[in-house]
Amino acid sequence: MNSFKKLPKLSVNNIPILTTISIFFLMYAAASIMFPGFFSLYNFVNIFKTNAFVGIIAVGMTFVIISGGIDLSVGSVVAFTSIFIAKMHQSYGMPSWISMLICLGIGLVLGLSIGCLITYFELPEFLVTLVAMFLMRGLAYVVHQGTISIQDDPFIAFMKRTGIRVGAGNLSLYVWVFILILILGILVSKYTRFGRNVYAVGGNESSAVLMGLPVKRTKVLIYVMSSLLATLGGIVFTIHLASGKPHNTIGLELHVIASVVIGGTLLTGGAGRVIGTFFGVLIYGLVFKLPAYISAFREWWAQILVGLLVLTFILIQTFVAEKTARAVES
Amino acid sequence: MDGKLLQNPNPLTKRFLFVLAGLAAILLLNLIISPEFFQVSLHEDGKIRGNLINILNNGARVCILAVGMTLVYATGGIDLSVGSVMATAGAMAALMIRPGYLQGLPVANPQPPLLLIMAVPLLIAMLLGLINGALVALVRIQPIIATLIMMYSARGLAVLMVEGQTPTYHGVPFTKLGLGYFLGLPLPVWIAAAVFLITVLVTKRTALGVFIEAVGENRKASRYMGIRTRLITMGTYVFCGLCAGLAGLVHVAGESSTSPYNTGNMIELDAIAAVIIGGTMWGGRFTLAGSIVGALIIQSLSTTVYFQRWPYEYSLVFKAVVLIVVALIQSEKLRAYAAQGWASIKSRRAR
Amino acid sequence: MEEILKVSNLSKGFPGVQALSNVDFTLNRGEILGLMGENGAGKSTLIKVMTGFYRRDSGDIHFDGQAVDFTSPNDAVRHGISTVYQEVNLLPQLTVAENIFIGRQPMKKRGGIDWRELNSRAENAVAKLDLDIDVTRPLNTYSVAVQQMVSIARALDISAKVLILDEPTSSLDAAEVEQLFTVMRRLKSEGISIVFITHFLDQVFAITDRITVLRSGKNAGEFTTEGLSRMDLISSMLGKEFEDLDASRWGSSLGTGEGDPLVSMNSVGKKGFIFPFDLTIRPGEVLGLAGLLGSGRTEIAQLLYGVEKPDEGVLQLNGQETALSSPRGAIDEGMGFCPEDRKEVGIIPELSVRENIILALQAKRGALRYIHRKEQEAIADKFIRALNIVTPSSDQLVKNLSGGNQQKVILARWLAAEPRLLILDEPTRGIDIGSKVEIQKLILELAKEGLALLFISSELDEVVRCSSRVAVLRDRQVIGELDGTDISESQIMKTIAETA
Repeated sequence: MNSFKKLPKLSVNNIPILTTISIFFLMYAAASIMFPGFFSLYNFVNIFKTNAFVGIIAVGMTFVIISGGIDLSVGSVVAFTSIFIAKMHQSYGMPSWISMLICLGIGLVLGLSIGCLITYFELPEFLVTLVAMFLMRGLAYVVHQGTISIQDDPFIAFMKRTGIRVGAGNLSLYVWVFILILILGILVSKYTRFGRNVYAVGGNESSAVLMGLPVKRTKVLIYVMSSLLATLGGIVFTIHLASGKPHNTIGLELHVIASVVIGGTLLTGGAGRVIGTFFGVLIYGLVFKLPAYISAFREWWAQILVGLLVLTFILIQTFVAEKTARAVES
Repeated sequence: MDGKLLQNPNPLTKRFLFVLAGLAAILLLNLIISPEFFQVSLHEDGKIRGNLINILNNGARVCILAVGMTLVYATGGIDLSVGSVMATAGAMAALMIRPGYLQGLPVANPQPPLLLIMAVPLLIAMLLGLINGALVALVRIQPIIATLIMMYSARGLAVLMVEGQTPTYHGVPFTKLGLGYFLGLPLPVWIAAAVFLITVLVTKRTALGVFIEAVGENRKASRYMGIRTRLITMGTYVFCGLCAGLAGLVHVAGESSTSPYNTGNMIELDAIAAVIIGGTMWGGRFTLAGSIVGALIIQSLSTTVYFQRWPYEYSLVFKAVVLIVVALIQSEKLRAYAAQGWASIKSRRAR
Repeated sequence: MEEILKVSNLSKGFPGVQALSNVDFTLNRGEILGLMGENGAGKSTLIKVMTGFYRRDSGDIHFDGQAVDFTSPNDAVRHGISTVYQEVNLLPQLTVAENIFIGRQPMKKRGGIDWRELNSRAENAVAKLDLDIDVTRPLNTYSVAVQQMVSIARALDISAKVLILDEPTSSLDAAEVEQLFTVMRRLKSEGISIVFITHFLDQVFAITDRITVLRSGKNAGEFTTEGLSRMDLISSMLGKEFEDLDASRWGSSLGTGEGDPLVSMNSVGKKGFIFPFDLTIRPGEVLGLAGLLGSGRTEIAQLLYGVEKPDEGVLQLNGQETALSSPRGAIDEGMGFCPEDRKEVGIIPELSVRENIILALQAKRGALRYIHRKEQEAIADKFIRALNIVTPSSDQLVKNLSGGNQQKVILARWLAAEPRLLILDEPTRGIDIGSKVEIQKLILELAKEGLALLFISSELDEVVRCSSRVAVLRDRQVIGELDGTDISESQIMKTIAETA
């Protein structure tokens, strides 16, 4: 009666994530064969560093999408965070770690507002988060309109400097934040009641209510989490670039959603794995690395390719979902 | 008919009056702060100029978008890709007017006919709309997601078309679309008016308007009645794409150069805000007139910011705040809470 | 016999309708009690009040000897009353084990869900019901019958003393029903008290100890199952005595229609939906479908109208074999369907009365041939008068009309579309007596003009009055057909009551 073996079951629910992982390895292998020099530790570390902030936000977005919602505001939150930190440093000499804490506070308030508007006023998620997206983008520009680079900030310098030497690259401390959030995300999704409630809300909200689960509280918390992680992502982004620029990260929300979907999370909600998002982020980073290697493969091709990839995944998901429904009926 | 109107105030009519009042309020505010705001003058070259004209002219694009978005919104959907489709259409047009673009084809005049320059981008825009519609109606993907993907991909397509560059052009017949005047008013205003009027005509003089509302409100019942729900849904997305394409042409024609990265950036907010402020229901009754007024309100916000010399980005904040406030006011839950609150206040007074 | 759940003098009203009036209800310890009643009888309201979904207006509820006042379904569950609903209200994408324990998962000492413990306890819970399944597989990989069992397992694990099963057998086949009954008997022997809500006559006689019947929100009968005759049960549900005056037969003037059948269905059936049946309808005749709630009448209508596709059998329209893939196809063939559930598939609330009425006709003509305002108003006014629709004007929004008037609007809509075959599913529900008669007269007029009608109604007197032929259904099967002088309420009831 040993039904709790930890072997991955080849059930229908696991197909998306296995597809994701295989695609990642295939792509990496293909790229390594086609482009000498691609398969280097430096390259791999670089993909990590460039996409660390995306990964942090994507963990939060994974929970939102599993619950059946969406958060369009994350890109703007990053932009706002980065310019805020930069401006505070430049104009008031505020040490970055203080402004980072302030930003986290702002993120908390934003997440609470979004969550409450969606849950208690029953406004559509796309609308509330769309408005938040423009609000934060606008506020970012209000703070400052141009780029500000941050120099001589001890905290940022420390975060960039410290790290583990991996080959020719430096796995800086801020990348470890991503790893930490990733692990926390996996643990929360699998081992906390809150995490399981997220799956319940996304799977069948009315059932969840009937079963007595704290649906409203869960929904608000999800958006709080998303905004906080978006802010954290913004912080990591700022460290990575050591500058702030309000025009940045337009379209980031799509990057994040794309990573989550490619990672195997169902857009309709109720299923998905945080570890899948991890691979989704890497695949995304891979695709955008390719332009450097194929001169004809410009950035915009990458954009179209990612769009197609996301669409393909959604189609696979829809197809798999229909098959499951039909199997149950028979 | 007028007597009936007051007896049976269609909630939409009530709302329309509110929205109109909102527009009046913003304009009035501007008037109070700076009396020169309303100055309109007829110049020697036969063109009327002034702030109000600016609002109409600059708002023409949003008006056109809002018309298309209204129908999509009425079916219970949304189209986030309009800005990117604008960019794609604009990029196509910009390419076509570059001298010698159609080299190799036996064309006497190196400049392709204006009709062709307009037709091809519009067809592309409609095709993109068709893809959106198919994803939503046939594959049954949520509209937010489907159009989000299109928003992303279409922008990539636009950049691809011009190979990342910023084409420039000037003095060609095409630019008349954006810069030309007719009877004293800028051409874009006329185009927007035409789009509005034609759409009103088509939706009111054929059954399409009612069908759209029926599908948006109760899809199942509509299906039972024999309304071709999938066709109607797809049709609204194609039309929205067409509007986006047209808006893109107007935009690109009004500039002397166009960047595929910037065209239509963030204009989705304006379009959606226009429709929501205008009072169209998400899945149900729509009001094109309301959307136009909503678009003008949004444009007034932008123009106010410009006129008062505040940084352009303040308008983003204003628009966001106005939109969420309007959405809240329209939300039923708010009314429910208010009713509860009022009831408890009354019972406390009674004690 | 001890009483575990006792409801006295319970009343509950909603704006516009009194759902329950002074209802008494008693459940004894360790018994299986059947709760029956037609639509609108108050069954689901009673359950919802008993389990804390609604607050009662007046009356008392005693549970296990104590007066109780549940504030939420959770409250009731914690006290030991659990409900298993008709649509399995679980989370299909999560595992069986998790469905049983979500919200109260066992936790490890240092925090974090103890999955090992959870899965092990789930195995035990499921074994109690003799269910041999892998609890770590997602719920949606199992059939509906199994999912229902999991639902019961969850209810039991939260230590239910009282288990309410709301129409649990609607989607089960015969073998699965037997399995459920075995489980129910076992639970009964362990002292658990069960309320079994159903409309299947055979089942209620097979498994219950006692039966309570509700009708129009009031008590209509309390019986001990053993020794109860079907006739008495049906009588109390429908409120008719066997010896009651049989309704006059207007339909006898119709004859059985002329010419070739408009519709001919041979051995049409769908698994889990309805058993294979034969049906013909000719122009000028009214075929009535009679049977209790859930007997399959709406299912026949849905198969005919293209809403559902049959698994087997042949549908012929005008002598030609046809397969309908959607209502659009049915409409093109000249059919119309006035549905039972006016909220879900009937009215378009924010549109006006006028627009609702002309919509089906407009759909038939297509989008381009717009019906002009004048013509719209003429059509709308004609039907407002004909059906006596109460509305200040034809521009009034349909959502503001009373339920009965909304029903008339839907009826008007289909009449305006001038179909050749009209399917009416409970067309007089919620309508005042005077209007009911008007509609019945209208049905006969339409038949005289050559329309073919399929008339479904739970009110036997209507069916008897208006039909030229009557098909009788029970438990998703057509069990008989009556025509001519055989058509009477008593005859219909007798047919239903006949044991298979």
